[in-house]
Formats: sequence, structure tokens, C-alpha cells
Amino acid sequence: MSVTAAPSWSRARQEPGWLARVFDSKPFLIVACLFPAVGLLMVFLTYPLGLGIWLAFTDTRIGRSGQWVGLENFEYLMGDPTFWTAVFYSVFYTAVATVGKFALGLWLALLLNNHLPFKSLIRAIILLPWIVPTVLSAIAFWWIYDPQFSIISYVFVDVLGLRDRYFDFLGSAWPARFSLIAANIWRGIPFVAICLLAGLQTISPSLYEAALLDGATPWQRFTRITVPLLMPILAIVMTFSIIFTFTDFQLVYAITRGGPVNSTHLMATLAFQRGIAGQELAEGAAIAVAMIPFLVFATLFSYFALARRKWQQGESND
Amino acid sequence: MASVSVRNVRKSFGSTEVLHGVSVEIADGEFVVLVGPSGCGKSTLLRMIAGLENITSGEIAIGGRVVNNVPPKDRDIAMVFQNYALYPHMTVRDNMGFSLSLAKAPREVIEAEVGRAARILGLEGLLHRYPRQLSGGQRQRVAMGRAIVRNPQVFLFDEPLSNLDAKLRVQMRAEIRELQLRLNTTTVYVTHDQIEAMTMADKIVVMNSGNVEQIGPPLELYDRPANLFVAGFIGSPAMNMIEGRIEGGAFRSPDGTAWPLPPANGPGAAPAGPLIYGVRPEHFRLAPGEGIPATVQVVEPTGSETQVLLRVGGASVVGAFRERIGTKPGEVLPVLPDPALVHLFDRETGRRL
Repeated sequence: MSVTAAPSWSRARQEPGWLARVFDSKPFLIVACLFPAVGLLMVFLTYPLGLGIWLAFTDTRIGRSGQWVGLENFEYLMGDPTFWTAVFYSVFYTAVATVGKFALGLWLALLLNNHLPFKSLIRAIILLPWIVPTVLSAIAFWWIYDPQFSIISYVFVDVLGLRDRYFDFLGSAWPARFSLIAANIWRGIPFVAICLLAGLQTISPSLYEAALLDGATPWQRFTRITVPLLMPILAIVMTFSIIFTFTDFQLVYAITRGGPVNSTHLMATLAFQRGIAGQELAEGAAIAVAMIPFLVFATLFSYFALARRKWQQGESND
Repeated sequence: MASVSVRNVRKSFGSTEVLHGVSVEIADGEFVVLVGPSGCGKSTLLRMIAGLENITSGEIAIGGRVVNNVPPKDRDIAMVFQNYALYPHMTVRDNMGFSLSLAKAPREVIEAEVGRAARILGLEGLLHRYPRQLSGGQRQRVAMGRAIVRNPQVFLFDEPLSNLDAKLRVQMRAEIRELQLRLNTTTVYVTHDQIEAMTMADKIVVMNSGNVEQIGPPLELYDRPANLFVAGFIGSPAMNMIEGRIEGGAFRSPDGTAWPLPPANGPGAAPAGPLIYGVRPEHFRLAPGEGIPATVQVVEPTGSETQVLLRVGGASVVGAFRERIGTKPGEVLPVLPDPALVHLFDRETGRRL
């Protein structure tokens, strides 16, 4: 039997074409992959932010390009009582609304974490205020706060007879301020409640059972188990909530437009009022830039509060 | 120290009854293991003793006091959970001292009690760590430490070893048993692992689909299983069960193979109906000349013994031999069960005869 050697054959090695070589080169890939993201960020975030900051140091008006004026806009704002009212109200609005949103949102989340009939339906309903466009709900609140047609006034005066005069929700400074805060709380609760509910559901029920056996009362189970375990998610939700509330524009602009007598201007609405409606683009930009320190502070707060707690560190052996 | 009495306890979830009248008496200082397959109701019974589930009907008494309506924290029990349920945001020290701190005990008392438990369990060096920084076995020990600190009348364990790897499980098994003997605390321990039950218990309660099948010391369950379920559940590899009936002084399987009867079941006492003949794999011996010819199908040497899957007539049986029999699939071995150690069960009722 003769053995025939197999003819020696090997697949011809193809030299990679220039396109293949380009796509194999790491520097090209890095640039190509980063370009879309960096490009979008530059065009839609960095450029507007940079432009806004630049405008704040000029005397630009709508229809007229401006000159560099240094800190003149800020010096002017320092002496502007309306600006300081807006700063005060922005902080006040954020603080009170955040406390309200978290108190009610946490309460709702705890309620929804129990076994309730129609649980998913209730959860869907709770999300409603959040999915309704803000301007739409703002108009609804405007109607609720109307001096003549307010349903709250109607109920208190005509139905229950508890008062003999209609409420003046938006006519003077403090009632208007609190009315806006109430509307903001109403709108912000769903976000807080749903996020905290998600956090609550990550807590193992056996921890509560163990605490029950250890003799914890319901209040102790809340303060010693629920709150510490909810802290990480609470901190991040609170940071988001503070940023959203501080930069709020729609509710205030749709309900009061900053009135009466500029008492309910937030920094965002005042910036718009001065910059667009009042055509002083540079001054509006300066007000907007003045918000940056507050937002940086909120972000730093989140950075430090969110820094992983000691008990979250270390390897998990699961 | 206390006894635990479970008297005719039933449990329903909605319209589904999961415990159908369970009664167990647990003496002071006894280590009782509830064992059974998944869904048999053993964990539910334990949680009812702990007070985490309410009792649909019947009575549970701890130390003579009926606790049906006593809240868990006043039942003087401590429980170790399957997933340990350690508080992730507390150090080992705080985890162990949590119950005392809730009870507003003075700091020195907490320190002393936690220190005592830590010494018992060898956790002194880990008191400042968080649960995430511990290994599985250490977490297991912290969970036990939390129970010890409370100095309870009854320890409850809910499958505490099932999250550990096999080697650690064997080690912790001995540790828990040794600890229980040292503290002499009444213990109820739930597991699905019959080896754990056999090795740890003073008394085993075998449960199946909401009923107690048999209660007794481990070796009694092994030697005299009350019914087919216990016979099949206790022992590894499982008991061989051969169907047939008694004819002419021997047990005959349908293919005509004759199996030797236990001495007590002579021809006179022979029941007529269909029976199950049970023989444990380790109770076979090789008997050249008189043995039943069995064809070797699979040989599984484990070192300490050799397990052989055999075919006898129409039935598959497993034999386990301490000696190293050098056999190969296809060979025929003469095997003989030890007549004194075989079991007969009624096929209809499953009861032992």
C-alpha cells in the first residue's frame, strides 16, 4: 500500500488592506469611539454653558453683541434687592419643598411597601403627577389658586362654611410663596416615593424579622434598620431632588410669573425675565451663572454623602 | 431552659392548609431536628414557634406557657436565619449587642455579654468588622453569637448551614452541636439534609407534606423506619425498595427472585397482600454459593466503600460494600441481604410490618 503524502497547502495569508489597518489601530479607535459622545457634550453642554458664562461678563442685549465688561453685571446684581429676593426664595423654596417631598414621599413609600389591595394600580396612580407635563399641572394649580374660582375656597366657604372670605392664594407675597411650594411638593412626591420604594424593597424582610425577635418596636425598626439602610439611596435621590427644585422654572413661571411684585421669582425665572423678556441677555446670564455655586454645593454634598459608607465596603462573599 | 410543646398545630395560608395537625414534644435541653423535603412545612412550623407566623389552630407552649398570642420578643427565643439576617450597617459587636441595646441595657452589660458570646464562638478579633467583610462561616458564627447574647430559653435554627460549602458545613455542624451541648439550651433545628439531622439530633421529627411521619432518635429512624417515606428519606444511599409478596417462606419479586425474610416474619405470620421489601445498600454482603445472582451495571468506588448498581431480575438495587471488590460492569455478583436487617412494608398503606 502506497502512502501518498498530502500536498502541502496552506491558506494564503492576505495582507490586511489599509482600511483594516486603520480600524485595527488603537489611536484611531479611541478617537472614533469617543467622537460622538464628546461631540454631543461639546455642542449641547459645554458650548451653551461656556456661552452663558461668557455672556455674564459682557453687556450683550438682544440684537446687539456685547463688550467685555468684567464683573460689572455681578456688581450691579449685588445691589439689586430683587435679585436677593430671588436668591432667598430659591433657597427657601428648595429647602421647604425638599423637606415636604421627602417627608410625604417616604411616608408614601413605606405605605406602598406593605401589602395593599390593588398595589400596582395605586403605584401607577402615584406616578401620575410626575408624568403630567409640568405646564399642564401648573395651569391646573393656577386654576385651583384662582381668587374667584378656586375649588379650595369654594369648599371652605360655600360648602363647609368655615370661612366667610375666599382665600387669597396668589395675591400677596407669603401665601403665593407657600402656594408654589405646595404645587412643587405635589409634583415632586412621585419621584421621591418611587425611588425610596425601590430602596425599601432592597431591604431583606428577614432583617425586620430578626429585629422583631431582637425586641425592636415598629419605631425602632424604622429608625435602626430602615433609615440607615435607606441612607445611600436617600442621599442620591435628595441630591437630584435639590437640583431639580433649585432650577425649577415651569411651575413658577406658569402660575405667578414671579409676582406679586417679584416676590416669587426663583433665580431661574428672574434670569429668564431679565434676559429674554427684558432683553438684558447679559444680566440674565449673570443671574444664571450665580446659580452655579449653589448647584456645585449640592453636588459636593452628594459626593460626600454618597461616598460609600464603611459598611458597604469590603468583599461580598456571596 | 425550657421545654417546647407543639399540640395539634395547624396552619393555613388562605384556603391552603400547609400543616395538618402537628404535635411534637421537645424536652428541656433537647436538640430536635425537623427534617423533610422542601415544602413539607418544617420552616413554617419553626416560624410559628418563633412567632413570625400566627397559629391557625392548636397550641404552642414554651416552658409550659402557651405562647399563641405572645409577641416574638417576649417568647424568650432566639433564631438563626438561613441567610443569617445580619444587619449590614452594624459591626459584629453592634449586631450581637442589638437586642441588649434595644432593651436599653447599660454599656458595660452589653460589652460583657457580647464579649462572652464572642469568646464562646472565637469572634474576639472580628468585633469591629462589618458583615460584608466576613466569610460565610464567620457570618454564621456572628448569627449564632447574636442568638447567644440574648441568653434565650430556646434556640431556633432555620437551615443555617445551607449557604455554606460542603467542607465548612461539616465543620459548623460539629460546632453547633458542641455549642448546644455546652450551653444545654433547648434547640429546634430545621434542615432538609438528612445527614445533618442524623449527626446532630437527639430526636428527629420527619415531616412530609404538612404531617409528621415519625419522631424518634436518629438510629431508631434508621433501624426501624415507621413507613416507606421515612425509610426512603433516612439513609444515604437510599434504601432499596422491591415490590412483591410472600410465597413459600420467602419474599418473591414478580420475576420470581426469592429474598430472605427477616426472622420474625416466618411462614406463619406471612401477610398475604402486596408488600415492599426494603433493604439498605450497606446491608448486602457477597455470599458465593448462596447469594442472589446480580448483574453489575455501574461501579462507584468512594474509597471508604464501593457502591455498585446491580440488576436483579427486573429490579435495580444499589449495594454498598466496605471491602474493595474488584468488579466490572457485566459481571455477576452473588449478593445476599442480611435477613435480620431487612424491612417489610405494606404496599397499600406504606406502614412497616
